[in-house]
Amino acid sequence: MSESVSPDVLERVLRTLSETQKLPLEQVTPEATFEQLNIDSLDGINILFALENEFDINIPDESARLVRDVRQLAEGVQKLLDEKSAPPAPAA
Amino acid sequence: MTRRVVITGTGCISALGNTAGAFWDGCLSGRSGIAPISGFDMTGIRFQNGAQARHFDPSKHFDDKQLIPLDRFAQLAIVAAREALAQAQLELTADERTRAAIVTGSCYGGKTSEDAGFAALYRENQPRVHPMTIPRLMGNAGASALTLELGWQGPVWTVSTACSSANHAIGQAFWLVRHGLADAALTGGSEAPFTYGSLKAWEALRVVSPDTCRPFSKGRNGMVLGEGAGMLVLEPLERARARGAEILAEITGFGMGADAHHLTMPSAAGAARAMRSALADAGLDPTAVGVVNAHGTGTTANDVTESAAIREVFSGALQNLKVTATKSLHGHALGASGALEAVATILGLERQCIVPVANFLEPDADCDVPVCLERQAWPHDAAVSNSFAFGGLNAVLVFSRFSS
Repeated sequence: MSESVSPDVLERVLRTLSETQKLPLEQVTPEATFEQLNIDSLDGINILFALENEFDINIPDESARLVRDVRQLAEGVQKLLDEKSAPPAPAA
Repeated sequence: MTRRVVITGTGCISALGNTAGAFWDGCLSGRSGIAPISGFDMTGIRFQNGAQARHFDPSKHFDDKQLIPLDRFAQLAIVAAREALAQAQLELTADERTRAAIVTGSCYGGKTSEDAGFAALYRENQPRVHPMTIPRLMGNAGASALTLELGWQGPVWTVSTACSSANHAIGQAFWLVRHGLADAALTGGSEAPFTYGSLKAWEALRVVSPDTCRPFSKGRNGMVLGEGAGMLVLEPLERARARGAEILAEITGFGMGADAHHLTMPSAAGAARAMRSALADAGLDPTAVGVVNAHGTGTTANDVTESAAIREVFSGALQNLKVTATKSLHGHALGASGALEAVATILGLERQCIVPVANFLEPDADCDVPVCLERQAWPHDAAVSNSFAFGGLNAVLVFSRFSS
């Protein structure tokens, strides 16, 4: 897994995926692609909704469209969390 | 009994204006009615644009008392129906009114009233909702209000098949008249989907474009919600002729079917089957068709799938075909869309020209169909109008240029 994703965030992403898709947690690994997990476009929308609620973030459509596997998904969530906690940029 | 069925009136309210004439002028201009959504706090919603019927003022059409039981979607249906009937100049005797049908389509029904009532209840902790909430939100509110206004007592009902609602309604009304089960029909669809709750629900589905609707174009990024109503007056040819009515076009075919494939992903096979079924019902070969008014939502999935279906059905006849997608102009008015597109298709046949697709950037190799990009004279004898709904329910109409 990419170093940029904290273990806590990764664990919560995997658990959210497992709960949303009704899959055993051990099957949802960072290496798995959505195709391997049988996740189609509609499942994807449900997963994004669950992640937005779990982490209290808003996932933009453009970035969501590019995600193809669990690793990318966790990295994307981590990035949004980092942006959320970053101090606001100083006013110009 | 089988009779030819003609259209003698059209009525229309949309982002392009409050009459069928304004709608047609807007279509031909190629200037989209899509604009920033007003009337809501759009903060925090990922899209900002819609095709609202901005110029519709209920107080110009109803007095205060009449408005009490009428949600906006029913108001739109009634006003569009009045326009269609005025154009048709159809007057029925008491006996004839018992054989006059009204078949309407709506995806949402009175969502505006429901949303307002539930917001009062859940958010503002008010102890009660308005007593007209149920009559306002029922899907058949527009159809029922029209029976009261017109005194029509024949078969009346409302179809709700998401984005195919109006096409299913028009198709069934057509069959009623064709087979002698009704001697006149008022049919179409209406939709008023602009409520905060509805906008949030569409946002969650992640299919709405952040800018505009670009059917079949490279760079398209989703649909844009629209609002409005379209209504048609249908009658048997013989009756229209006998009373000297002006005939706008003929409705010649209807086909429907289900994909049985996926909740939201369309199937080219299902779309092609519905088009073939409609052409068979019309007794027409694909080579007879000059225009397809596509479902053309501007989503990645629909336009690729629909292009494949059109290529399959019209293979060998593509050189005589133009594809338009008027949702780029009036937005996706859900259960009213098929009716708005029917009006565009009928007026195109009557005037022998074709409406351009707006907002087109550049061709997409995955949508290899002959897209009409500019207003042009286009002689054609028949036109197909597609509607494909979430849930995989497809409804296709065929209209023909009227010739005696």
